Amino acid sequence: MDSALIRIEQLHKTYHMGDNHVHALRGISLDIPRGSFVSIMGASGSGKSTLMNIIGCLDKPSSGKYYLDGVDIGSLDRDELADIRNRKVGFVFQQFNLLARTSALENVELPLLYSDNDKTKFKERAMQALTAVGLAERYDHHPSQLSGGQQQRVAIARSLINNPQLILADEPTGALDSKTSVEIMGIFQKLNREKGISIVVVTHEPDIAHYSDRIIQFKDGHIMLDEAVAKPRNAERELAEWQDVEEEKEPVA
Amino acid sequence: MNKVFQSMRIAFRALRVNKLRSALTMLGIIIGVGAVIAMVSVGSGATDRIHQQIASIGSNVIIIQPGSQNTGGVKSGNGNSQTLTEDDARAIAEECPDVMFSTPIQQNQQQVVYGSNNWGTRIYGVSPDYLTIRDIRIEEGEPFTADDVKSTNKVALLGKTVVDNLFAGEDPIGKTIRVRKVPFTVVGTLVPKGQNSSGQDQDDMIIMPITTAKKKVMGGGRANNWQQIGQIMVQARDGRNNNAMDEIEGLLRQRHRLQATEDNDFQVRSLEEMAAAQEQATQIMGLLLASIASVSLIVGGIGIMNIMLVSVTERTKEIGLRQAVGAKTNDILSQFLVEAVSLSLLGGCLGIAMGVLASFGISYFAGWNTLVSLPSILAAFFFSALVGVFFGFYPARKAALLDPIEALRYE
Repeated sequence: MDSALIRIEQLHKTYHMGDNHVHALRGISLDIPRGSFVSIMGASGSGKSTLMNIIGCLDKPSSGKYYLDGVDIGSLDRDELADIRNRKVGFVFQQFNLLARTSALENVELPLLYSDNDKTKFKERAMQALTAVGLAERYDHHPSQLSGGQQQRVAIARSLINNPQLILADEPTGALDSKTSVEIMGIFQKLNREKGISIVVVTHEPDIAHYSDRIIQFKDGHIMLDEAVAKPRNAERELAEWQDVEEEKEPVA
Repeated sequence: MNKVFQSMRIAFRALRVNKLRSALTMLGIIIGVGAVIAMVSVGSGATDRIHQQIASIGSNVIIIQPGSQNTGGVKSGNGNSQTLTEDDARAIAEECPDVMFSTPIQQNQQQVVYGSNNWGTRIYGVSPDYLTIRDIRIEEGEPFTADDVKSTNKVALLGKTVVDNLFAGEDPIGKTIRVRKVPFTVVGTLVPKGQNSSGQDQDDMIIMPITTAKKKVMGGGRANNWQQIGQIMVQARDGRNNNAMDEIEGLLRQRHRLQATEDNDFQVRSLEEMAAAQEQATQIMGLLLASIASVSLIVGGIGIMNIMLVSVTERTKEIGLRQAVGAKTNDILSQFLVEAVSLSLLGGCLGIAMGVLASFGISYFAGWNTLVSLPSILAAFFFSALVGVFFGFYPARKAALLDPIEALRYE
């Protein structure tokens, strides 16, 4: 099997708006091996969102090739793309995108509605996913009863439910405070390390990008910089230190 | 199957979220289906009423009346001449193979007296077969016989209304009543028949032998000369109505010695044909009512389409999310289609209940005969499902074909 989970060759994406042609991506080539933790950075309009949509199989390249897990995505139709998204990709969004008036458990179950596998173990598998993000005891809460960090953890559990090869996170900490952001990045690091799931995070915060192993910088539809992070931050350790600081403070207060 | 249940669960949750909106949308279908059910019940009630009337007249009944008379170029109306005779009635029964029974009828309004009571009623002079033809049954006592007719016996059968007005609780059998000062013995009473189609009381009558009626009661005047009678009533064999009419016409033309160029001096009519014409008119009326009502059902369907379009727009982001996590075109299509059909079916069921209530209300307050039939309920049920599919398809398709990227970005 190919060692690269994602292989992109000379990828172009052009949008047509009337007579205007917008070149969002101008010939990108990129390999992401299995088990990577990659951050994609860049200003808005740099093409990073377009690339995310293509990697997530929500969109197809105008020219060039994109292979996900060895499958040529450019050759698939609408429903085949939906099937690939369902089985191989987990999505995490900035605004969590949970269904309101629906319990955490049912939100996590959502992708199972659209997959062919065994329907009998819905609840069990959803509970396992919630346990993996530490929210098992809140399974029956609705999104409005959960904090932002908790909602994002439900969203991560939802992305995990079909055991995907890849989790795509689009500004996952954009709506969260810094401590909660560290917690979320901690969950990603844990999933990456313990389950070997490849993770691609789009962010414009350098702090957040430094929790990953590799940072790819975009500018004007090109890759400007692609480098390994020399010493990635460790969210777990930082959280533990945070805890210590809080405890030290307490007697004073 | 599982998928259908899932779609239904999702759909019902979505409908619950906007309870008032769902209820108002359903109201259109409820009113539409209710109106169709109620109107169809009014239509079939009227048809049913006509069937009952045919049954109360007696089946396969043919009436022969004297035709118009041409006196020096002046044509009098039908029934004014006296061209039919008792012998005609007898000959019809004997010579027409498709006729089972035949009776002459002479009728007249008379004042009837018993003791200190008196009552104005209709006298029917007939032969005993009249009871068979009109399916009139004897409640108490005995019918009169052919011998009574032959001997001009003064016997009478009384309808219930006459009994009530003359006897007031007394047993009428064997008592003597006076019609035009002529004493009659009451030999029997009739089983009540109620009102006929024109609201006439069919129990307000006295039946007696034709001979007695003509000689003792209606005596005097040209009308009762010789053998002449007012009309002949005939019962044909089952399914031979038209043949019997042809036979009667041929026989009477021959007996009345009419030339080929001469018009009939009598008129042969089948009550069933008249009833059938009336029934057809009623059915057309019912159909008209139902089609007007179904317009409101279509308006209700448009309401569903409208709300589904709003719902698709409102839930664009949800649709995008479902697509992102793997919902295929058909998954989204069926979700919204099931939602639309649930609305229309639920509305349809409530509408059926309302229509049934309305038809009870119509028969209770307006006194019309209404009939709610199972086929009309089933048709309403399936039609409302059809409305849901038809008007739900466009919005559902619109949802299913949304671009996931645009949908996710929608605020």
